[in-house]
Amino acid sequence: MHEFSIMQSALDQALGEARKAGAVRVHEIRLRIGALSGVVPEALQFAFEALTQDTCAEGAVLAIEEVPARFWCAKCGREFVSRNLYAECPDCGTPSGELRAGREMELCSMEVDRE
Amino acid sequence: MCEDCGCGLTGGIPVTVSAHSHAGHGEHEHGHAHGHEHAHDHGHEHTHDAGAEAHQTLNLRHAILEKNDLLAERNRGFFRARRLLVLNVLSSPGSGKTTLVGETIRRLGRRLKTGVIVGDLATDNDARRLRETGAPVVQITTGTVCHLDAEMVARAVKQLDLTGLGLLIIENVGNLVCPASYDLGEDLRVVMLSVTEGEDKPLKYPPMFHLANAVVISKVDLAGPCDFNRDAATANIRHIAPHARLFEVSSKAGTGMDDWCDYLIKQHEAAKARDPLGA
Repeated sequence: MHEFSIMQSALDQALGEARKAGAVRVHEIRLRIGALSGVVPEALQFAFEALTQDTCAEGAVLAIEEVPARFWCAKCGREFVSRNLYAECPDCGTPSGELRAGREMELCSMEVDRE
Repeated sequence: MCEDCGCGLTGGIPVTVSAHSHAGHGEHEHGHAHGHEHAHDHGHEHTHDAGAEAHQTLNLRHAILEKNDLLAERNRGFFRARRLLVLNVLSSPGSGKTTLVGETIRRLGRRLKTGVIVGDLATDNDARRLRETGAPVVQITTGTVCHLDAEMVARAVKQLDLTGLGLLIIENVGNLVCPASYDLGEDLRVVMLSVTEGEDKPLKYPPMFHLANAVVISKVDLAGPCDFNRDAATANIRHIAPHARLFEVSSKAGTGMDDWCDYLIKQHEAAKARDPLGA
């Protein structure tokens, strides 16, 4: 359950930015989470509800964009999306050593109200 | 959640670090940095005009684990300056991490002097076992935290006698999920899979196996009684981690240990040769 500490990190950053911008209320926080990040979006949602209580983000929406694992196939000269997280090109079967997307754990943006 | 202040254990997780087998009992170093400072600029749209639209979108694009990643890079720079090869050894509980680490230290002997940082939720049993090899060992007890992070490692390294060391092995908390997210500043991630665990572990835990530089199949002396299907296991590892070096070892019977130790010596030579200020 490291999602709790990861959600707390994201929330600390988000609330810090909200304060700097003079925001009094947070309506939505958007994250991007990769398929190979090792983080489960449902567990983040659960942690978010618990951790936002009594903060200016209580009741806010947590929007998570799930980023699929995308590898580069050197032989075919193109990227492929891996649904089963296998690193092999679905067309030619060549193993890829180059992950181009899928490890993301990002705080992207948020919707706030200022005073 | 931290029992002292009720915070969510980010910024710095309270852990005890004990360099000696008798130390650390009942201690609880309370080392959270409640990291709310953000000295750098993120350039979000931001106006202070009176009467401006109250609703605002803040564009941030932060890496959530930015703080850990930065600390990990600081560790990496420190290790490189000391010409250390650093391993992060990961597996589920009971795969034989401590036995492999102990046997590796014994076999490398004077050829490559080794120190260990070992993480567990509780007890210093692993550190005591490993100290029997004569190697310097620091135990990190994480309490309820399921992984090591870069800050814990930075604190533990300060207590480790690095004199003459060429190899630092960080034995992570036994867990195939959470430690995958935390860079510690290591050179190589070594993920272990014992023959008693089933051949499909790599397919069940892809983030961990994907990040492996080396995969060690352990306890191969038990492959027969466990009906371990070697071909299926290696095929599964190749699906997820085609780039990883594969080793098949028995720490007890000694099978494969020469190959494994030769690999570490070669990796150490490469680590020693690189420019500490280079990429």
